[in-house]
Amino acid sequence: MIGPRKKLSYGQRAVLAAPYLWIVVFFIAPMALIAKISLSHPAETRPPYEPTFSIDDGLAGVLAKARTLGFDAYRALADDRLYLDSYLTSLLIAGVSTAIMLMIAYPFALTMARAPRRLRSLLIGLAVAPFWTSFLIRVYAWIALLKDEGLINHALMALHIIDAPLSIYATNGAVVIGIVYSYLPFMLLPLYSALERQDPALREAAADLGASPLQVFWRVTLPLSRPGVIAGCLLVFIPAVGEFVIPDLLGGSETLMIGRTLWNDFFANRDWPAASAAAIILLALLIGPLLVAERARLRAEEEPS
Amino acid sequence: MPLLSVEHASKRFGAVVALDDVSLTVDSGEFFALLGPSGCGKTTLMRLVAGFETPDSGRVTLAGQDLAGAPPHRRPVNMMFQSYALFPHLNVFDNIAFGLRRQGASRVAIQSRVAELLDIVQMQNLGARRIEQLSGGQRQRVALARALAPGPSLLLLDEPLAALDRKLREETQFQLKDIQRRLKTSFVIVTHDQDEALALADRIAVMRAGKIEQIGSPPEIYERPASRFVAGFVGATNMIEGFVARDDGGWFVAPFGRLKRADCALRDGARAALSLRPEQIVVARDGEGVPGVVEDIAFRGETTQLRIGVAARQALRVSCTNGSRFSLGEAVRLVIAPDAGVLFAEAE
Repeated sequence: MIGPRKKLSYGQRAVLAAPYLWIVVFFIAPMALIAKISLSHPAETRPPYEPTFSIDDGLAGVLAKARTLGFDAYRALADDRLYLDSYLTSLLIAGVSTAIMLMIAYPFALTMARAPRRLRSLLIGLAVAPFWTSFLIRVYAWIALLKDEGLINHALMALHIIDAPLSIYATNGAVVIGIVYSYLPFMLLPLYSALERQDPALREAAADLGASPLQVFWRVTLPLSRPGVIAGCLLVFIPAVGEFVIPDLLGGSETLMIGRTLWNDFFANRDWPAASAAAIILLALLIGPLLVAERARLRAEEEPS
Repeated sequence: MPLLSVEHASKRFGAVVALDDVSLTVDSGEFFALLGPSGCGKTTLMRLVAGFETPDSGRVTLAGQDLAGAPPHRRPVNMMFQSYALFPHLNVFDNIAFGLRRQGASRVAIQSRVAELLDIVQMQNLGARRIEQLSGGQRQRVALARALAPGPSLLLLDEPLAALDRKLREETQFQLKDIQRRLKTSFVIVTHDQDEALALADRIAVMRAGKIEQIGSPPEIYERPASRFVAGFVGATNMIEGFVARDDGGWFVAPFGRLKRADCALRDGARAALSLRPEQIVVARDGEGVPGVVEDIAFRGETTQLRIGVAARQALRVSCTNGSRFSLGEAVRLVIAPDAGVLFAEAE
């Protein structure tokens, strides 16, 4: 491998190009379409927005149509409290759910990582066992559990712990329960893999140097599992913010999550530009902090100290 | 009173006996080595002292205090791990300061103590380095500094030099011994490398299959091994099988001839093995002695290793300082003094 960089063969180029092509076709292109729709105007046409570009327009026609594009949808978004509320509720519900999942999954992951080696694959299998049934059915099952005449309320009343049924179903709380239940494995697995990789000698070294079991956890185990915590949180937080099915099935009328608002705009109001604009804003909200965090991480790593 | 005392300690892992009635003492300021092949129980013994394992029976005392029930973080003993076990999320300074912070030392005290230790291990100005930026030798020194920082009365070192290359290992051996002498801390080192144990330790315990075969100073272990195993494990040796003849004094009858023995407690006809160090055999061109033929010559600088064929398919290793006088195929005489080597009785 001495001398100038070797020229790649066509085969090698094709292999390298495949993932880029995938991203362009299935991610960049649809995003560009959404971005374009977000700049259009709603109309009683099919598709329900203007303008639509066509090759028949010619260059002058395309330019004339392009001039009608604008940020009206975004302006409308900013004026409408509904969207702001939806974003805030979504971020809040996703944030609370993520925090709860972290609290539940961490001890689980720790137990799995410290279990005898031959038990570990069995435990991972159990953790992902819910995936063997349909997601939708599992969420429906929660309705049966949570509603006023549901299993949980029945059991609590039979045990005389409560007198009247708790109204959990059709509240934000029910949405949080549903999200926590559905997304838990995605938090559990990255945590487990981060904890399982830790060298047990590090914990022994810390104990040997005078750290009590609690200090070993705070000073060694937890800081070393940080990549797993970050990965797990991102993996559940991002889809939870845009979640549609769970708030639709378990949420109440006051549960205004952005996924539901989007759905309403697209299918009920047929206001595609507004829905597209909302989707673009959501993307910016989620990707922006991620990019900033990633750059900070890279800079910290390059630091020569 | 010895600093560390292990009394009749035994430990089993399932069907495996890791330690079988082991007793030893380590004095204050002593450099003690646990030497043995892998799986002999030396690491288990060390982990017993550190508190990572509990003995099935027997007890461990430190400065007269029974350590039973004391968890690792409450023992005034520190350990340097074979893998070093440095904390990858902390820099050099914070690694060394870890034990001091657990003791609740003040910022100023920590600063000066870490600086002192960086000085001892010759890593001044490297406190801010991250662990992944260090070479193997530097990691080894950080691990040593971190274990020394809390000022333990006893430092346990698990194969501290095993991960270093040969040249660095020899350099580090001297530094380690120097540091131990200066700090007057007791060091207990676990090693499978007999050269390391001989070079470093004041006393060595040779272990095999969970038992201690012999405890003694390096010259004692080398010159008067207590068992055939110790003789074979520590240093190079010629192990010659034969039997004892007691007519007209004591004789060892080897396949290649009769060797006179100065003193021999074994009965006539007893099967025995004679361990002869290569340097205990003198090679001569002529005169009395066992006849042999030079089969191989390996020049080693200060010494020359000769392989001398003495019987069909039996050769002795001989080390001499003037070996270059001989040539391949030359007929020689081997002179073996009556008090050379150690005779071991063989199980019938």
